[in-house]
Amino acid sequence: MQEHLSLLLVIIPLIAAPIAAILPRGRSSWSLALGVTLICAILAGLQLWAVVHDGVISYDLGGWEPPWGIEYRIDAVNAIVAMIVAGIAAITLPYALLSAEKEIPGDQLPLFYSAFLLCFTGLLGITQTGDIFNLFVFLEISSLSSYALISLGQNRQALTSAYQYLIMGTLGATFFLIGVGLIYSETGTLNMMDLAQRLPEVSGLKTVHTGFAFIMIGFALKLALFPLHLWLPNAYTYAPTVITVFLAATATKVALYVMLRVLFTVFPEGFVSATPTGDLFLLAGMAGIISASIYAIYQMDVKRLLAYSSVAQIGYMALGIGFASSMGVTATIIHLFNHALMKGALFMAVGAIIYRIGSCHMDNIQGLGRQMPWTFAAIVIGGLSLIGVPGTAGFISKWYLVLAALEQQAWIVVAVILIGSLLAVVYIGKVIEVLYFRPATETNLRVKEAPILLLAPTWVLVMANIYFGLNTELTVGIAQRATQVLGVTAE
Amino acid sequence: MDFIIGHYNYWIAILLMMIGFYTVISRGNLVKKIIGLNIFQVSVFLLYISMSTVKGGAAPIITEGVKLYSNPLPHVLILTAIVVGVATTALGLALVIRIKEAYGTIEEDEIHQQDHSL
Repeated sequence: MQEHLSLLLVIIPLIAAPIAAILPRGRSSWSLALGVTLICAILAGLQLWAVVHDGVISYDLGGWEPPWGIEYRIDAVNAIVAMIVAGIAAITLPYALLSAEKEIPGDQLPLFYSAFLLCFTGLLGITQTGDIFNLFVFLEISSLSSYALISLGQNRQALTSAYQYLIMGTLGATFFLIGVGLIYSETGTLNMMDLAQRLPEVSGLKTVHTGFAFIMIGFALKLALFPLHLWLPNAYTYAPTVITVFLAATATKVALYVMLRVLFTVFPEGFVSATPTGDLFLLAGMAGIISASIYAIYQMDVKRLLAYSSVAQIGYMALGIGFASSMGVTATIIHLFNHALMKGALFMAVGAIIYRIGSCHMDNIQGLGRQMPWTFAAIVIGGLSLIGVPGTAGFISKWYLVLAALEQQAWIVVAVILIGSLLAVVYIGKVIEVLYFRPATETNLRVKEAPILLLAPTWVLVMANIYFGLNTELTVGIAQRATQVLGVTAE
Repeated sequence: MDFIIGHYNYWIAILLMMIGFYTVISRGNLVKKIIGLNIFQVSVFLLYISMSTVKGGAAPIITEGVKLYSNPLPHVLILTAIVVGVATTALGLALVIRIKEAYGTIEEDEIHQQDHSL
């Protein structure tokens, strides 16, 4: 059983997806999807436990030995990312029942859950595989299904934003494909570990450098790293809320994982530091934090505001990569985990408002904080975590990020991190002000608290935000271990 | 001169790539954008296929008396990538149909105008 864990995580949702599509009613597809995600979350937990205790798991698909066959190779890094993906999916699905029924026509629900499971398969597959071309295939599985999922949003803008994402996402994936091809032409292998062994010999060649650049740009597009983030605000705003929650908490994290893997495992030590990659990440990260946070302040739609904030948060993660030190990468991995928790909680709380009044525009949500105290409290705690107030998860990631910056005496970066946090105070404060301090309109006075089925998953994530803000052993321990596995050397 | 002629397969791939890329960026018509995307993807397919050629190599099917074969792996990879490309095109065109139903046009700037006049 244990040896098949890594494959089961991909196979189970893949097989369940077509079954979910042919089930007659939305609720039966939902039950199937819920069962699958719960099983996957348990399996991912077991896998993480196995990796932490017994070390790397290597699984040869079909018994073909690597580097000829496809290898699934699980170490601390992918185990934690797989855990995030499966865990968030398992928390999102109970939430999905009511939220999706409200936002998606009933006859489309089986297809919706089918696409959701496919997206889930793709994201898990990316984390499991040790073969770089297999990764491309899983990337496209998750991307194609997420375009379809986004287009299911209620407004017609959902269609145009899905189309925009399709164009940009495909360009990104094709860039990645070009990069893989160029590197394959020099090394003759697609297995990541094998690549890591063969690349040092050829790392001086221009072809390899070009391939590296293509892979980086391709994934920066998928990651929505500033300035390649243009698809993200629209996609997150108009997608059904459940999908926004799921994608915001997982898709960009998985893309970031690939970035870390390629930068630190696949490419040899010294290769990255010989290129201006680190500086570019720092620059993109800092520009992203400042500009996206300022954009967020001016948004009138809360979902869109949070989407811009996501771009800013991706900037923080890019900073950690830019330092290329073990402290920096540890901070990135911690933030990757924590950001999944806080954005998941925030989008879920906003989704609860949308469930009640059908909109989350600032003009429509005035005074709702008093009517929906639990939802409001979730937004406040999630927001505090986003700002980085001590006692919440967000503080831990910012703390480590600042430590990493201080270690290299990058004062400007420290300043940017602090300014970014202040800007977060402004945009979160704006949401809180509208929700709580403005008088409620006539119609808003009749709004009741969200149903328990929406509140419970939200509060699971909110509590996780507090728990991981107080008990850092688990996240920091795993992140440090993951950093070691990636092969980042201490400066 | 050798540099130009010797690498003609790459030049073709790059030319196609740029045509496709430019079409995606410059055209406002949603269907034309997808055509551009297709050209862009095909150029990458060609890049892979031409890479796998071995000078004097036969098609990679085991035959008696043949020692030298072309590398079959990129062919297989590209088969997968073509399938992905077809799926992307299908999904993209399906979205364009839905956009046409919702907006009554498939010109980007007109869609933009409609969204902002609301």
